[in-house]
Amino acid sequence: MTLQELAPYLILIVAGFLPHEAWRWVGVVLAYGIDEDSEIIVWVRAIATAILAAVVAKILIFSPGALAGVPLWVRLSAAFIGMVAFFLVRQSVLAAVLAGTGALLLGSLLFTQH
Amino acid sequence: MAQRRIGSDSPQSFEGFYAGLKGGSRSIFQLVLFGTFVSVGALGHDLGFPATFVVLSTVLMWAAPAQVIMFSALGAGAPPLEAAIAVSLSAMRLLPMVVSLLPVIRSERTRLSELLLVAHFTAVSMWIETLRLAPARPRAERAAFANGIGTYFLATSSLATLLGFHLARLLPETLVAALLFLTPMSFLASVTRSSRLLSDRLAFIAGLVLAPVLVIYEVGLDLLWTGLLGGSAAYLIHRVWRRR
Repeated sequence: MTLQELAPYLILIVAGFLPHEAWRWVGVVLAYGIDEDSEIIVWVRAIATAILAAVVAKILIFSPGALAGVPLWVRLSAAFIGMVAFFLVRQSVLAAVLAGTGALLLGSLLFTQH
Repeated sequence: MAQRRIGSDSPQSFEGFYAGLKGGSRSIFQLVLFGTFVSVGALGHDLGFPATFVVLSTVLMWAAPAQVIMFSALGAGAPPLEAAIAVSLSAMRLLPMVVSLLPVIRSERTRLSELLLVAHFTAVSMWIETLRLAPARPRAERAAFANGIGTYFLATSSLATLLGFHLARLLPETLVAALLFLTPMSFLASVTRSSRLLSDRLAFIAGLVLAPVLVIYEVGLDLLWTGLLGGSAAYLIHRVWRRR
């Protein structure tokens, strides 16, 4: 392999792997000595959960790529339908994903302007 | 000698790892990850990256949102440093996940190399499923169990990335939109199911409300602030409530 051919993979390491993996390594260091039942874990898990919710809200409302082409109200209604299915079918994540995604497919076929 | 080493810690590791693979194969996230990484592979193809590069990004980064950010930045001609900063900001969310996961799966005998592997496999899907399933396993098996789930998920996702790369031209826009919808829908339902403590439930609601507000007001670092403010407020309310 020449340097020219290697360049993209060097960029993958520098721009992708290292800046990403570093946070996991910091996590390993900070987790050292923390007990499973400690209060800090409850707090840190709440932070992680809030960030996760933020990711969900951002993808639904400020959607990336092809999802942005689907009207906002269709995306939100599909998520709502998914959650209704989730509670109707004994808290089934599968039911939520199937119903929600099905609703989104149907909604985007009917209401997306191409 | 070899016999002895196997006798000391391998059966538990093997059993745990195998149970993890099985747990992964039965998880709903298998389906979600497959769909999600097909869309990642397709995006990488459309932005002109080689197949090896796109699949390696799944193996090395293992987080669809960060990969999308990196592809978009590099694909638009941004300098690698700029892409690195954007990727790093998105990866910050992994820190509290790793910190809250490791104490659950670690035993006194868990090696650092095992922990680093668990940390590498830590992504939302693996975090949710490991926190849900690992506490039922004997402590000595848990790190191997987590790595089993991670291995299964990462393998499935790498295959899906490759598939998506080659199917890119055939996938209709509507289907790609539906694939992108799998992530928020599955997170929404699975976190609702797994949140047992008041703090987790409040944190989830706070995050859903706070993030869009911060984005609309262009506060910047919205994920970070949402986590710190929403998570801490939820925890404080949980403490006050418990004391009454």
